[in-house]
Amino acid sequence: MAYDKFNILTSTAVPLPIENVDTDQIIPARFLKATERKGFGDNLFRDWRYNQDDSPKKDFVLNDPTYSGKILVGGKNFGSGSSREHAAWAVYDYGFRCVVSSFFADIFRNNCLNIGVLPVQVSADFLQKIFDAIEADPKTELEVSLPEQTITLLSSGESESFEINGYKKNNMMNGFDDIDFLLNIKKDIQTFAANTPL
Amino acid sequence: MSANKTLFDKVWDSHVVHKIENGPDVLFIDRHMIHEVTSPVAFLGLKNRGIGVLYNNRTFATADHNTPTINQHLPVEDPLSANQLKMLEENANEHGISYWGLGHEKNGIVHVVGPEYGITQPGATIVCGDSHTSTHGAFGAIAFGIGTSEVEMVLATQCIMQPKPKRMRININGELSKGVTPKDVALFIISQLTTSGATGYFVEYAGDIFRNMSMEGRMTVCNLSIEMGARGGMIAPDEKTFEYIKGREFTPTGADWDKAMTYWETLYTDADAIFDKELTFDGSQIEPMITYGTNPGMGMGISKEIPMATATQGGASSYKKSLEYMKFNEGESMMGKTIDYVFLGSCTNGRIEDFRAFTSLVKGRKKADHVTAWLVPGSHKVEAAIKEEGLLDILTEAGFELREPGCSACLAMNEDKIPAGKLAVSTSNRNFEGRQGPGARTILASPLVAAAAAVTGKVTDPRELMEEVALH
Repeated sequence: MAYDKFNILTSTAVPLPIENVDTDQIIPARFLKATERKGFGDNLFRDWRYNQDDSPKKDFVLNDPTYSGKILVGGKNFGSGSSREHAAWAVYDYGFRCVVSSFFADIFRNNCLNIGVLPVQVSADFLQKIFDAIEADPKTELEVSLPEQTITLLSSGESESFEINGYKKNNMMNGFDDIDFLLNIKKDIQTFAANTPL
Repeated sequence: MSANKTLFDKVWDSHVVHKIENGPDVLFIDRHMIHEVTSPVAFLGLKNRGIGVLYNNRTFATADHNTPTINQHLPVEDPLSANQLKMLEENANEHGISYWGLGHEKNGIVHVVGPEYGITQPGATIVCGDSHTSTHGAFGAIAFGIGTSEVEMVLATQCIMQPKPKRMRININGELSKGVTPKDVALFIISQLTTSGATGYFVEYAGDIFRNMSMEGRMTVCNLSIEMGARGGMIAPDEKTFEYIKGREFTPTGADWDKAMTYWETLYTDADAIFDKELTFDGSQIEPMITYGTNPGMGMGISKEIPMATATQGGASSYKKSLEYMKFNEGESMMGKTIDYVFLGSCTNGRIEDFRAFTSLVKGRKKADHVTAWLVPGSHKVEAAIKEEGLLDILTEAGFELREPGCSACLAMNEDKIPAGKLAVSTSNRNFEGRQGPGARTILASPLVAAAAAVTGKVTDPRELMEEVALH
């Protein structure tokens, strides 16, 4: 089923320079009770964003109007822990279309790719440059080009390339998903299933 | 057969339906387990596409993440939870999927009931919308957690699309010393690798330590593979594995067993196979472990001191933030810290051997008055064994109560939440901030360490209590 197409994204970014941000922080388990994919953005980073009486925590970046944009920039090992796709849904539903980090946890990265959020892995040095640039000027824009596989700090023109396999790249640029692909090879799957030992 | 393949290669390669150049493999999935939390949106997706489930006999449903662990015979109070459970039942019924809901005799945590009923088999590919699906690797299966989009994929096509991970082997030989359990071995490995040290890899555990482990011990180790970032972990099947699965409800019989056995007997790593990464540790150096921070990689031997921020691999600010949350200090010992809660259970340590270990240590002692202890069996089958073996009598005598099966306080999705600020010793798998309830502070440990904490009311080396028993 189609999702948003991703081509070139130019946006300011929200910095979250914390390592090992796990999916329990991105969306705590008590907000996983929905049976539809709706409203998860409200609870993105719930316990970092709100006090227990639901008042906003002023020092958390999502509550700081200085920072906004469609790109979330996180510390190393972003998205570790639980496989809950709700974490990727919350990131998307809040309005992010791209997450940048120097390292992603496996399942979170897959989940993002499957719903049209682009995970961009950069070097530790470049990540630091992005954090520094945003700190110096929160209105700093990043350009993420999927066709070129590059991420550029527009203020300085510094750029780095990122990896994505050709199949997923094509999916994201066209809004295709894996099920579309798999249904087209259903006969092969059925032949395979008929011969499997288990 | 070419003689240079790893166990992982053999199982993966034999399940590839289709290869895409510069893209993922299409991998056939033998067994798919679903639960109430990560499946409803997948079924909704099928409905929107106007398609059904391709092989409903390959998917199994159980309710576990969001179920109460007391009064399961009564209606579920929370309307959102009740609705989620109802959706699972309706979806399973609509698509003809075997469903073990709340109150069903086979109900329990998905990764506990899978092996109990023989759904888990060597050489199978097994997925579930839960990261601890890696548990099933204990049988020599390729098993890993997936997201909801992939749950929908498996329901619709019995396949997922993923690039093949790299291969890592972790060898541990020698002998474990007294009081050291499979949980300690796993926490030790994670403390050495960090929570991202195995990301991108599929791990094979090899060596005497794992050979000598029971199947349940192997499940505990494989369960925690995800906590070092690994896609999954596996152990080559042996006589112990075949003995364990024989005669279970979904295990093949007769000619089917023979056919499966022909395949299973090929499931080992060839002598000249090459791994992308290989690590070796000495098992005799491992002591009972505890965690002191907010990820499972922040663990240490119970007799050690919390490392200084300057001595850690990651960023010092994230490390300090973590200790601040836990209200611990760099360089201090954890021993003797007063604890408030003990949680025995989860897909990591909610099996009968875990309850035996816990009971062996609390036997003849009393639960500390100020400690709240939640003992939650992984399934009804475990619950029944606890009663049959007389463990419940010993636990009751020592002041403990037994709850009903479920994931419970491991992820605190139901009512079993550790209150803010309270310190818990938990046999579960994650000590993330707020994992066991908003503001809760978690120390991960083995059932023996949990038992020692439960009776003394503080962080205690279980070996001290084991010595006392030996003296009697």
